[in-house]
Amino acid sequence: MTDFMRLPLDSAAAGAPLWLQDYLREARSRWEGSTLPTRKTEEWKYTGLQALRVSYAAASEGVVGLAEAGVELPHFGGYRLVFINGRYCAEHSDGNLPEGVSLVRFADAGPAQAAAIRDHLGAAVGREEGLFTALNDASLEDGVFVEIEARVRVEQPLHVVWISGNQEQAFSINQRLLVLCRQDSTASVIEQFSGARSEQQSFTNGVTELLLEDGATLNHYRIHLEEAAAAHIGRQHARLETGATLNSFHLALGSVLKRIDVVVDHCGQRAHSELNGLYLPRGDEHVDYHTCIEHRVPNCTSTETFRGIIGDEATAVFNGRIHIHRDAQKTNAQLSNRNLLTSTRAEVNTKPELEIYADDVQCSHGATVAQLDEMSLHYLRSRGVSRAQAQTMLSFGFVNEVVDTVRCEPLRDYLRGILTRRFARDPAITGSMV
Amino acid sequence: MLIVENLHASVDGTDILKGLSLTVNPGEVHAIMGPNGSGKSTLGHVLAGRPGYTVTAGSATFLGQNLLDLETEERARLGLFLAFQYPVEIPGVSNMEFLKAAVDAQREQRGEKPIDAVTFMKNARENCKAVDLDPAFLKRGVNEGFSGGEKKRNELLQMLLLQPRLGILDETDSGLDIDALQVVARGVNSMRSADRAFVMVTHYQRLLDFIEPDFVHVLAGGRIVRSGDKSLALELEARGYAWLEDEVA
Repeated sequence: MTDFMRLPLDSAAAGAPLWLQDYLREARSRWEGSTLPTRKTEEWKYTGLQALRVSYAAASEGVVGLAEAGVELPHFGGYRLVFINGRYCAEHSDGNLPEGVSLVRFADAGPAQAAAIRDHLGAAVGREEGLFTALNDASLEDGVFVEIEARVRVEQPLHVVWISGNQEQAFSINQRLLVLCRQDSTASVIEQFSGARSEQQSFTNGVTELLLEDGATLNHYRIHLEEAAAAHIGRQHARLETGATLNSFHLALGSVLKRIDVVVDHCGQRAHSELNGLYLPRGDEHVDYHTCIEHRVPNCTSTETFRGIIGDEATAVFNGRIHIHRDAQKTNAQLSNRNLLTSTRAEVNTKPELEIYADDVQCSHGATVAQLDEMSLHYLRSRGVSRAQAQTMLSFGFVNEVVDTVRCEPLRDYLRGILTRRFARDPAITGSMV
Repeated sequence: MLIVENLHASVDGTDILKGLSLTVNPGEVHAIMGPNGSGKSTLGHVLAGRPGYTVTAGSATFLGQNLLDLETEERARLGLFLAFQYPVEIPGVSNMEFLKAAVDAQREQRGEKPIDAVTFMKNARENCKAVDLDPAFLKRGVNEGFSGGEKKRNELLQMLLLQPRLGILDETDSGLDIDALQVVARGVNSMRSADRAFVMVTHYQRLLDFIEPDFVHVLAGGRIVRSGDKSLALELEARGYAWLEDEVA
């Protein structure tokens, strides 16, 4: 057992509120005696965990300023909550909370909020969802609870930023977000994970639960901008009740190790989910997305589009599972995964996985791995654009199409900026500038 | 300006051009007509350097340079422009970005700095008006979801912005209604000058009512079998191609 694995067992999570103690005790007993998966475990076949063999200590409070650490802190116009190395940072948190929204750290929850958290924590992610969820549960000291009241419509996004900064030792953090969208509410939540621009070794385990009651609509964005030696193993579970809609967007730049599991569970009829994502590892980085769309009841729809550009010697994994249960008639589920390899040494393992037990469903899936389209390259070159520039433009275009699905305009512009810099384009001309 | 001599070219091992010769001088407008499958489009593709089109014999020089030795982008930077019969759709790359990259490539060739974005956008919008294309199309992906006519207008827009020395129009008139045809003709006629030339590949005499050619050539069986002035086009319109093919055979 490595250091980070012992951490929740050795320390008694002194900072955790009293009402969370029995949750922690139960989780610790689940966690105790756990062993790390190996390449022989099907779910981890293409993602090795060597990066976790570092001696990770608990995160400390001694953090340098964000500017020195090279961390960007964008503002998307709404309420912003910032955590650095797992600790709430009042200095950078700001904005007014809209009416009908409560947003509270577990540590600050009042009796009613504490009761709501206890009722809903773990409701989506379940008890059996793997080792790293148990670790997250067992390590819970603080987390964020967002509740949108029934019929409330929130225009501005709620922005939660998790930053892994610098400290002397390698460190590990466990982060938790619980979003509860009451009946017929509408909201947007942006989760941003950023790391210091350095060779700091860190391991983040971020678990997010999204609970959408009847008729609720949630736009959720999970943006992973950590690079270099910042490892992340994370999970997002959404549970959709009758007529609920989830629009979920994911982005991951690569790092030494990134593994994100996304589960969307359609539990009520006429629920709809749209899941879009991008992964862009390069150098010797690694990104692994495992997605699972559960259709338990009839008349639900889901669409999923993930694209990856894998460069240099980087590796990526995409595993897209669609599980249509016996009763889920009239399900319409679409899945598409396209990958671009920009180097002969880059590698991607993509696998659609369909498990269908209902007979009256529409389900399509496709996965491709390709180089850039020769005819598109020729067309650009026939206008004088060099081959290298044409390749960059086409790569940018390939991911830009998915960025277009981001509904939150300031976020879309921000992401486009990041990608523009990454693909060395002129920012004045790539956006919607006309 | 353009001298093509005894050009032979093949696609997927099939010979398409079989000894084509053509000389285009500055200021001239040439029309190339001919039946389906005679190699009209192949000529444009070979001159633009499309992958998969192999030159097996003959030569092509453009402004004194051996065209066949140059990369596609080098040909474009020298001032050769092919308006595609089937322009390529590139979702995700904005039309504006594409157009600016093309203009900047020409500027780089002349040793100039990239054009500033504001000036460029103003130019692009003005030229949109000239080709009767809604400036909203600048924001869209390159040709993405454009109708046939809109794609052709977009080709013309590119030609207006790039101001090439030689414009080759590959069936730019096909699928256009009479209004769109006049827009294309206005664009080409506005660019006609003593140091610029055009080669128009077309099926129909109709285009030549609006853009008057100096020479009309008939392409059949991979080479030019008859050349004349614009009256040849009228004769073809009246008699079809069969009599020429018979004569050649």
